[in-house]
Amino acid sequence: MTTAARNRAARATRRAARPARTNLIGLEKTSYRGRPSTLCKGCGHDSVSQRIVNAAWEMGLDQTQVVKLSGIGCSSKTPAYYLGWSHGFNSLHGRMPSVATGAIVANRSLEVIGVSGDGDSASIGIGQFKHAVRRNLPLIYIVENNGVYGLTKGQFSATADEGQVLKYQGLNDLPPLDICMEALTANATFVARSFAGDPKQLEALLKAAINHRGIAVLDIISPCVTFNNHDTSTKSYGFGRANEIRLHDLNFVPEFEEIEIEEYEDELEVELHDGGTIILKKLDPDHNPKDRTAAYNVIQRSLDEQKLITGLLYISEEEPTFTELLDITETPLAQLPDSKLRPSREALEGVMAGLA
Amino acid sequence: MSVAVREAPIGRPDAPAAINDFAINVATANGSGSQTSNGVLLRALFKMGIPINGKNLFPSNIQGLPTWYIIRLSKDGFLARREMTDIQVCMNGRTVAEDMERAVSGGIVLYDDSLPIANHRKDVTYYPMPVKELVKEASLPHALRDYVANMVYVGVLAELLGIETAEIEAALLHHFEGKEKAAGLNMEMVNRAIDWATEHVGQHEGYRVERMTGFNEGKILVDGNTAGALGALAGGLSLASWYPITPSSSMAESVEKYAPALRTDEDTGKSTVAVIQAEDELAAMGMVVGAGWTGARAMTCTSGPGISLMAEFAGLAYFAEIPAVIWDIQRMGPSTGLPTRTSQGDIHAAYYLSHGDTRHVVLFPANPVECFEFGRVAFDLAEELQTLVIVLSDLDLGMNQHISEPFEYSDAPFKRGKVLSAEDLEERQGSWGRYMDVDGDGVAYRTLPGTKHNMAAYFTRGTGHNEYGYYSERPEDWEQNLERLKRKFETARQLAPKPIVDDVEGAEVGIISLGSNHEGVEEGRARLANAGLSTSYLRLRALPIDESVRSFIDRYRTIFVIEANSDGQLHSILTTEEPAQALKLNSIAKCDGLPLSARFISEQIQQALEEEL
Repeated sequence: MTTAARNRAARATRRAARPARTNLIGLEKTSYRGRPSTLCKGCGHDSVSQRIVNAAWEMGLDQTQVVKLSGIGCSSKTPAYYLGWSHGFNSLHGRMPSVATGAIVANRSLEVIGVSGDGDSASIGIGQFKHAVRRNLPLIYIVENNGVYGLTKGQFSATADEGQVLKYQGLNDLPPLDICMEALTANATFVARSFAGDPKQLEALLKAAINHRGIAVLDIISPCVTFNNHDTSTKSYGFGRANEIRLHDLNFVPEFEEIEIEEYEDELEVELHDGGTIILKKLDPDHNPKDRTAAYNVIQRSLDEQKLITGLLYISEEEPTFTELLDITETPLAQLPDSKLRPSREALEGVMAGLA
Repeated sequence: MSVAVREAPIGRPDAPAAINDFAINVATANGSGSQTSNGVLLRALFKMGIPINGKNLFPSNIQGLPTWYIIRLSKDGFLARREMTDIQVCMNGRTVAEDMERAVSGGIVLYDDSLPIANHRKDVTYYPMPVKELVKEASLPHALRDYVANMVYVGVLAELLGIETAEIEAALLHHFEGKEKAAGLNMEMVNRAIDWATEHVGQHEGYRVERMTGFNEGKILVDGNTAGALGALAGGLSLASWYPITPSSSMAESVEKYAPALRTDEDTGKSTVAVIQAEDELAAMGMVVGAGWTGARAMTCTSGPGISLMAEFAGLAYFAEIPAVIWDIQRMGPSTGLPTRTSQGDIHAAYYLSHGDTRHVVLFPANPVECFEFGRVAFDLAEELQTLVIVLSDLDLGMNQHISEPFEYSDAPFKRGKVLSAEDLEERQGSWGRYMDVDGDGVAYRTLPGTKHNMAAYFTRGTGHNEYGYYSERPEDWEQNLERLKRKFETARQLAPKPIVDDVEGAEVGIISLGSNHEGVEEGRARLANAGLSTSYLRLRALPIDESVRSFIDRYRTIFVIEANSDGQLHSILTTEEPAQALKLNSIAKCDGLPLSARFISEQIQQALEEEL
């Protein structure tokens, strides 16, 4: 037996001996898995999927009350790879936001996770993306951003770096769209940037997003190991590791846990609408995520300085969501009985009298 | 410059008196408020018991371009568009010359005396109306003058033809939803015009309206878009998403208008229906698909350009098997076409909407009652069949006012289709396949997101999938799935609304038509019958066709397929679906933006039969 094999065997024995850890609702983490991934080995997206599994498990989400939606592309394949007890919908290219809108309005009690990519959201789907943001849909909107089309083999997306050279495409001479900037200008109420190679931060952001009132846009730099992982790309592992600047250390404390964090000079707590608190230890003393102008400035700085500035760029729990504005019943529309879905005889007769 | 020539009214002694049987064409400029005056005329005549219809021929414009409103009175109850105009009202200087040519010989021309008139025909009677003077005398608020000017011709027509003043007043109150001040201002103008006309015009001897009975009692006056909206609201609609497009916008607006009265939850005061104006038609359809997938009854309404944009989602709904409803209120295409003119040019597009092998259930309402009923039926079919259902109405049916039976309340249970609950899953011990044909009808069982069972979830995708919904590129899985979808389409044939068939004994000629052509076809058949040709008639109410269509074709020597498009789209679908009888099917298709007239239909059939001989 080789040393490695011995180590593996020893680890397996230890795992078997340990009682399985369960979450709030008594489930092991394995219950939150999906089907095996068919993405390339090392793909940033698989790392994001794992973070979703972790966050959902730790938050004790009831998967039957979660739906996961996506558009088309490598990123959009991923909902099959996590939360196997949740309904999933791999919809149309760039159109996940509208499908999510319909699902959310039809059943407002669902926790809805939308996964998209940079081609899906910044190119073909920029319109639906911005309108979903503008409506402040109660939706977790994850963009797995790698600056390139993977499934169609290496074309530039709208977030590709200006001046970037790709093997088959040559030079990209157009400036990129910035997902976070687009989200902010569309009045997003939760804007975060993170990195597939920064699991701790990403999990904290995902947990906060779950309990955010309205739309939570997470622009996650998620390298494409096959087509766009060279060090000159701002969407590569190498660039991310070398250039990530965290605005703060993030910690999400769910409401079922007590906040036990030592006093820290530049600490900020944000209570989330649906429970829990996100605690930010400021690394950049100038950034206040409740200040929209500061968020613009940070994004502009990251563009000017070509740095991957990550963290919670902006958050507001004040604005009503789209479902709140619609003034529909608390009972999900899709679960109303027939008797609530048809007018009374008198009501219809009243309308008919007006037409007579 | 006014070159009005006042002529003494001259009756034509040789003209037969036409009581409740003529057509009025009102020419105005768009945006001048003529919708009010024309609507009031129509309603007053309706309330006098006279069978009428009103066709609004309006431009794609907010202000200035010419508009015509044609009111036909038919004591015999023929309600198709009539080609001839007996009384021409000219209020628009830009079209006055051609408008004056429209009147039949022996007819009447009323015109605003400030319009430049160069020539007078000898065979019609002219009545210049001092519109400006009368408006001025009425000393109305300045801003309203232009809008009430059109009430002058209402008053003059009232006096000339004998329309009851009380009914005009009631119609005004109805139009202004009980606002007495607005109605009063307009009525004042009408009364001034009546006074003027009593002195200067008098009552016409040839054309008269008279109160009658036997036709309008108990009926309502309504447009198809309102009817469809009410039907959807009564049929369990939970989400309506839309993007503004003529001629469908008024349907969404009607949903919004009537939702508070019809769909406010008594217990909470909250709405049980959501109306969303989407950013475009793609998003509108995406919302429908998302809501349908989640288990709500969802629809969008649009027109031709909209269904083009919805095509990709249509294929997804078909293949991922998601209930969805589109109302397509057809207008003239291709492209922007004539946005404000009617057509039935989307039959092909709707039936085959999207790429790959797709066919959809398409419904053809012919009148407001069917619009109301199909409001619910479309949802029942969409959920029973787990697919997209398209309702094809058109501008004529959707936007024009029609005399209709009142809509009947139904408390029949909604047909929600095959949905497994958490309890069902428990019974099956979680064993089920989303795309498995358990019952042999091609329709599989689905679960809804939010079902509290850990075996409820499945993955929905437009890519290839096997019976369990898992991704698959296996040729066998693909073929098996499409074979099942074909079986499902056979089930759809049985469930879709049946045609209405009128078999006439001894007839050798059959007519197949659909939708709003009905009035024209019925009158056309009456004309043919007068000329000695009896015809049978099948009014198709849905695609796919069922056995009754085949046997109808079988029974007749020759069949005319009548539709308002250029390519004969229904004809081509019928020849494809009934290839063995294709040679019996003759296409009569016309596409000029106007509802088909009885004259056109009867003449085309006569001509075709003569050529055959």
